[in-house]
Amino acid sequence: MRRGAFVRDLLGRPQGAFGVGWLAVVVACAVVSRFWTPLDPFDTDPYSAWLTPSPAHPFGTDSVGRDIFSYVFAATGTTVVVAVASGVVATVVGVGLAALGSLTARWVRESVAVLIDVLVAFPTLLIAMALAAAFGGSLTVVVVAVGIGYGVSIARVSRSEIRRVARTDYVLAARANGLGTGAVLRRHLLPNVAPVFVVQLSLSMATSVLAEAGLSFLGYGAPADTASWGRLLSDLQKFIGIHPGSVVWPGLAITLTVLALNLLGDAVRDASDPRLRSGRAGRGAAAGPTGRPTGPTGPVTPAAPSRPVAPEVVS
Amino acid sequence: MSLVIDDLTVTIGDRRVVDGVSLHVPDGARVGMIGESGSGKSLTTLAVLGLLPDGARATGSIRLDGRELLGASERELAGLRGRVVGTVFQDPGTTLDPVVTVGRQIAEPLRLHTRIGRRDARARAVAAAAEVGLPEPESVVDLYPHQLSGGQRQRVGIAMALINRPGLVLADEPTTALDVTTQAEVLALFQRLVDERRTSLLFVTHDLAVLSRITDHAAVLSHGRVVESGPVEQLLHRPEHEVTRGLVEATRATTWRAS
Amino acid sequence: MSDRTTDTAPPLLVARGLTRTFTLPRRSPFQPGPVRHALVDADLEVAAGESVALIGESGSGKSTLVRLLLALDRATSGTVAFDGRTVAPDRASRLRWLRRQTGIVLQDPYSSLDPRMRVGDTIAEPLRALGVEGDHDRLVAEMLERVGLDAGDAEAWPHEFSGGQRQRIALARALVHRPRLLIGDEPMSALDVTVRAQVLDLLRELRDERGLALLLVSHDIGLVQHLADRVAVLRDGRIVEQGATDDVLRRPRHDYTRTLVDSVPTLD
Repeated sequence: MRRGAFVRDLLGRPQGAFGVGWLAVVVACAVVSRFWTPLDPFDTDPYSAWLTPSPAHPFGTDSVGRDIFSYVFAATGTTVVVAVASGVVATVVGVGLAALGSLTARWVRESVAVLIDVLVAFPTLLIAMALAAAFGGSLTVVVVAVGIGYGVSIARVSRSEIRRVARTDYVLAARANGLGTGAVLRRHLLPNVAPVFVVQLSLSMATSVLAEAGLSFLGYGAPADTASWGRLLSDLQKFIGIHPGSVVWPGLAITLTVLALNLLGDAVRDASDPRLRSGRAGRGAAAGPTGRPTGPTGPVTPAAPSRPVAPEVVS
Repeated sequence: MSLVIDDLTVTIGDRRVVDGVSLHVPDGARVGMIGESGSGKSLTTLAVLGLLPDGARATGSIRLDGRELLGASERELAGLRGRVVGTVFQDPGTTLDPVVTVGRQIAEPLRLHTRIGRRDARARAVAAAAEVGLPEPESVVDLYPHQLSGGQRQRVGIAMALINRPGLVLADEPTTALDVTTQAEVLALFQRLVDERRTSLLFVTHDLAVLSRITDHAAVLSHGRVVESGPVEQLLHRPEHEVTRGLVEATRATTWRAS
Repeated sequence: MSDRTTDTAPPLLVARGLTRTFTLPRRSPFQPGPVRHALVDADLEVAAGESVALIGESGSGKSTLVRLLLALDRATSGTVAFDGRTVAPDRASRLRWLRRQTGIVLQDPYSSLDPRMRVGDTIAEPLRALGVEGDHDRLVAEMLERVGLDAGDAEAWPHEFSGGQRQRIALARALVHRPRLLIGDEPMSALDVTVRAQVLDLLRELRDERGLALLLVSHDIGLVQHLADRVAVLRDGRIVEQGATDDVLRRPRHDYTRTLVDSVPTLD
């Protein structure tokens, strides 16, 4: 895949542009916030509680006078860490289980299939909460629980995709042409399974952001000294009757980030599929009549992997 | 029952997939439509019963025994489908509902269009299964589609199409997905049933040899247009249009020659 | 079909007593699973430069036979030999000698090309896998032109081509490494009749100019008649009749063959 064309296609799509754009902003804020924030996010000043937005406090202040903008700014770090770390855990778990479940001996494959189905049935967030109750709320708990939970989901979908691709005619032809197992994996299985995997991964990263927000909201996630959008949401919503405006800020941050991750996943999948680029019809020197399609109505539509149903965040 | 298609044009988006097609199926006649993929033959058939895909627009005239079908309400058309006009589609594997028994599916058109009780419907379904040559009709009707072979499934499709004694049968490549021996049997069945009941038949195929076996008159389609039509015997031995000639030559070059 | 000498040519591919049985998953823990005899005791020979057809309907075992002949599956019993060497599933590196001499074209042009690989890369696949020397790009370009496409099409994606064009690409891939035997598994059945005639001509030309041996698996008797010197009829996993094409098809000895031939609709 020519790299330049992929990036151009990605940014050319509105989902891709938005996804990349917003996530770049979040990452930039996360990096900068390690060194500098406009004001100290944890600096309380009871006399400055519930100030309306102003140049000094672009998002206003909360019940104890903390600058909401600085807090939201600082919390990007938490978000990025959770999303990336749980993405890594999910990938390791997902790829590992998927590989075990499709490329091994039959009894191993079948046992893993059962294992995956059993694990998928476990409600991830309840497990996270149980772990937090046992070990105390921390980001590590969130990352591990969410990573494993969604990793199993990824494994399930990737595994069936691996099996589908392994049975295609082009893989058969490749083996008949002398390709060994490793080469078949690299050149055919990976590129064709990757799109489904990417979408699943983006879904799981998006959900991990929501999960962290939700767990912190409930008090099981980030500890009090770590800035988190979920925690802010939790603090502000207690006063939603009196000061309804301020919940918008962490809420919007969470929503935009989750949306950006989802859309980026879609855009990456679409941009990497040669069939979804603007194709030229009727190529070849002998542009003769078309071959017979297998159905009564018309040409074959590319089987773009459909977006699977995301596991419920609140389970 | 006669069918007259007059200057039918079907547009999808900005493409004319059927372009001014005219075709006449007189009462009791067997007429064929032949063409390669993309020639518009399937869409023409779908247009007759108002089964075109979303976004397709049709103009022209389609008259069944003088009654205009194009532009008729969905309700009117639904009343005709399965009762006055029967259809047999290409792939019996996908046109039968996998979770409903074969007997119930055969009886479905009956129960939809007539007031018939469950027991009588079953008896009729058994009779229909016997008529199309399904083995052990009494027990076959309780089987599911996946328990039958491809040829048997297609027979079920034919039984469904004919159970209400329609005046016209539309068949769209009904034997293409079948094995060669099964194809011969199903074609023979088709012929027999259509002859016995003097049903009119519009048979769509891409296979010239099948066309010559089943139909007497045919229209050759290419890129949505009728390029030639006439008695099949003439199309085979004295083709006039180059598309027809191309088809005949290509068929001769790739088909079994008995002598 | 007569100026290719086949009478004194040594056998290229020899299969003896090939059997493949599948044990299906058991329905209860107390009974062994049901057994499916996909292929039973099949004998087959293809001489160098000879065209042999395997006629069978679906479920006859023809795809199983093809896989066994190419060591893509392990026979339950029986042997396969190519040029005198035994053929059996093994690591890809050990089977290179066989892969170098065989090429395959499959039935469905819409799934036999990797949608994520450019046409040129697909055609070059055997060259890469087998470590063939020479300028791969040039070989691919030559092959593309030979099958009636454009050298520039190497940069294009499979979805930009029609079914007939895709089969030409598949043919190019099957022959780019100059094998001695081409195996076709229903290569024409998904094509329109005019396209079929064109691809048939192409196949014949390529065969004649390279002295290719051809093993054609098909249910299409017409095609078989136009392409094969010898024919073997497969039914339910067994070869019921074998011999010269004309003999078998015009004077069939087995009932099944007779039914097959009689079932084919003919022109007039």
